[in-house]
Amino acid sequence: MQAKDIAELLNEPACAHNKKEKSGCARPKPGATAGGCSFDGAQIALLPIADVAHIVHGPIACAGSSWEGRGTRSSGPKLFRIGMTTDLTEQDIIMGRSEKRLFHAIKQAVDSYSPAAVFVYNTCVPAMIGDDIGAVCAAAAEKCGVPVVPVDCAGFYGTKNLGNRIAGEAMFKYVVGTAEPLPVPPEAQRPGITVHDVNLIGEYNIAGEFWNVAPLFDELGLRILCTLSGDGRFREVQTMHRAEANMVVCAKALLNVARKLQTDYKTPFFEGSFYGVTDTSMAFREFAKLLNDPSLTERTEALIAREEAKINAALDPWRERLRGKRVLLYTGGVKSWSIVSALQDLGMEVVATGTNKSTEEDKARIREIMGEKTRMITDGSPKALLGAVKEYQADILIAGGRNMYTAMKARIPFLDINQEREFGYEGYSGMLELARQLALTIQSPVWPAVRKSAPWAKAGVPGVELGA
Amino acid sequence: MAEILKRKKALAVNPLKASQPVGASLAFLGINKAIPMLHGSQGCTAFGKVYFVRHFREPIPLQTTAMDQVSTVMSADENVILGLAAICEKSKPALIGLPTTSLSETQGTDIKRLVKEFYAAHPEYAHIPVVPVNAPDFTGCLESGFALAVKAILETVLAFKSPHPNPLPEGEGTNVGSNVGRRKKQVNVLAGSFLTPGDIEHIKELIEAFGLRPLVLPDIGDSLDGHLTEMESTPLTVGGTPVGDIASMGESIATLVLGNSLFDAADYLKTQTGVPDYRFDSLMGIDAVDTFISALAEISGKPVPEKIERQRAQLQDAMVDAHFMLGFMRVAVAADPDLLYGLSRLVTEMGGEVVAAIAPARANILQHVFAAQVGIGDLEDLENAAKRNGAELVISNSHAVETARRLGVPLLRAGFPQYDFIGGYQRLWVGYRGTRQTLFDLANLMMAQHGQHEPEPFVSIYQRDSKNATPAPDQTH
Repeated sequence: MQAKDIAELLNEPACAHNKKEKSGCARPKPGATAGGCSFDGAQIALLPIADVAHIVHGPIACAGSSWEGRGTRSSGPKLFRIGMTTDLTEQDIIMGRSEKRLFHAIKQAVDSYSPAAVFVYNTCVPAMIGDDIGAVCAAAAEKCGVPVVPVDCAGFYGTKNLGNRIAGEAMFKYVVGTAEPLPVPPEAQRPGITVHDVNLIGEYNIAGEFWNVAPLFDELGLRILCTLSGDGRFREVQTMHRAEANMVVCAKALLNVARKLQTDYKTPFFEGSFYGVTDTSMAFREFAKLLNDPSLTERTEALIAREEAKINAALDPWRERLRGKRVLLYTGGVKSWSIVSALQDLGMEVVATGTNKSTEEDKARIREIMGEKTRMITDGSPKALLGAVKEYQADILIAGGRNMYTAMKARIPFLDINQEREFGYEGYSGMLELARQLALTIQSPVWPAVRKSAPWAKAGVPGVELGA
Repeated sequence: MAEILKRKKALAVNPLKASQPVGASLAFLGINKAIPMLHGSQGCTAFGKVYFVRHFREPIPLQTTAMDQVSTVMSADENVILGLAAICEKSKPALIGLPTTSLSETQGTDIKRLVKEFYAAHPEYAHIPVVPVNAPDFTGCLESGFALAVKAILETVLAFKSPHPNPLPEGEGTNVGSNVGRRKKQVNVLAGSFLTPGDIEHIKELIEAFGLRPLVLPDIGDSLDGHLTEMESTPLTVGGTPVGDIASMGESIATLVLGNSLFDAADYLKTQTGVPDYRFDSLMGIDAVDTFISALAEISGKPVPEKIERQRAQLQDAMVDAHFMLGFMRVAVAADPDLLYGLSRLVTEMGGEVVAAIAPARANILQHVFAAQVGIGDLEDLENAAKRNGAELVISNSHAVETARRLGVPLLRAGFPQYDFIGGYQRLWVGYRGTRQTLFDLANLMMAQHGQHEPEPFVSIYQRDSKNATPAPDQTH
């Protein structure tokens, strides 16, 4: 990939980060960098497409320690869970045999697994030695009679976020618009309901959580042409251009796809989230607004009223247990406020939130929801986070999985909110699971037990003194 | 002699292999107050970190030289110097491991020269050993990367005297090569990557039972055993081999080398220090453990403690009990070479048969694996061989869960990674006690599969009605 192509991807006009001078992300600092690479990001964005053979083109490190790393679920094909890599050897690299190996690897994948398509992820070494994966993919596609999509996402191109955009760009360039949606099955038609086609972009169906929400789309007559990419299928991605409205779910990373669909196909989009009662309702209202169908609006309001009443009743016992508990939230961007509203729905108090990856708009939103007094934390190092937990007397740290053992070692209750987690929190019913997991850790009897010194010890109590 | 089958496929499907940089990092994680920094792109480190965090359920210190597009094309030498300086300044480590990756190796980095340049540019950090190791992932596997790092640690730390402004305490590493046995009770242990923290803990107990003091390199039994400390957060390893101790390895009375993969590192240690060594390919199964315990008795000049005799007798009893389930058992094993060897030997010693054996990369020990053939390959190869040869049980890492499910046989999790199994990192496999537990686990998995060798149920044509009849409602008695 050319430097100018990378620069263009970093420049995302629809992204609020773009208005600031640090468009995209700053250069990583040797010896002081955390986080994944572009390959990581591209793979995260596309791997959930379930009927595709995902081939990682490179030596073993890229696929070897990352395959089966995602908690995303499929309702049908399981092909995406089969790890595939060209596992390049020294000889391949020195003798220039890597392109040939890739070609045969694609053929082998097609012969053994009959995928709907093959995605080839480029990594550092082949990118550096100049493999033309575009040409190999084109030749293999012709030979095998299956679409083969190059995703040029070498790790050294940049961050995970850039990788997400590269993935979106590859879908837009090679896949979107190459097939028409299937007709709505007659038995799915209901009198008085006009079916509207929509896309969800950046929804990954972690732990199957989108299935909490999906039945409500059916009820409203909203047909999801494609979820990019949770429980997705190749053919669904091909038809994304036909949607009447798009929702960018809880992430700025695939914003480029929504923007291009708007520019090229005039499809309007909004950014939203399915975390929390308020946000879930808001998402359905936004769809009704964009689709401009009075009957839909009416049905949407009825559905929201019914679901909110139901979940509020179900949450009452949990609110008793969680009310007033103090939360320190450390997540990026949109989640810094979208989770806040979910926690407030539970009667919890968010005493501080991380804003490292948040935009000015995100921050304004945080102030609006949480009040001017809210502390915003920018330093996400383990030491700083633990310091903040103490300072603000938090009862729980909510953050991404990589901070989990930081919290565990300091004997602090923790909730994992990122991609690798094992529980789904989306939608109205997801709130119950969220409440359950919060209560499970905050009120666990293990905390006093592990903070207690041995009976024969004279030393002070290790761990963090917590509030209320 | 097992026949070694070369990799034939263009595509690796369901990889078994973890990379050399990951293996090298693991070795450094067994050194106290250390941190590895991979010379590659930030993803090399991020993936390695997540890999270990999920396996050990511990925070894992691991840094990166963060090669980006410009440094990949122009030069990444500066990244190494900057990265080392940043870590030294921020974290004050006792040691920094510096494994390369395919990316930096393909670029052609001269990692040893860069370490020299770092010391020249930053004399203030001359007291911190930096251990460079060429560990590209385009060759080898986790085990070989680990072994390369162990050798590199010895090479660097044993020779680490000059640019040292504060010499090590007296008697530690100052007279390498001439002080064998000066520490009469100290025994070096080079611990291979097939050993879990639980294994290392047990090995130390066995050595201590003979009145000896084990000096384990690297000691993940002390750093990655999963324990809460009063220290709440640190960017470095907590526990592991103290760097100062490594320098004193030349004063030990003997070296125990655990795992064929470390024999190369052991050669270096022996040549440099003259300390006699005892080498073991496996510590699983009664014969292998007998050899190990005999060596401890010889080194210490003491009789085998009664406690260990008792453990041996317990193992013998377990062997008798378990042989009914394990005799003729057909097993498929996929693991790094040393572990594959040990498991295959144990299964064979119990009267079972390894009918499918797969290793991710070549190694000397593979020809001795107790199986007709050893394939260099992936979990797809294991699955096919297991199916072809009627395996009844799979032994491999967590990635083989789906493999075993498709084969319809149980899985015993061994090796890296174990994502879906809490405590796998700590499980004891070696010694009489570990072997006994392994036999119990294997036997239980076999027993849980009912009807493996029973006849199909048969219903006579004359009894079809009577076998299925419900009592007539009006007939009571």
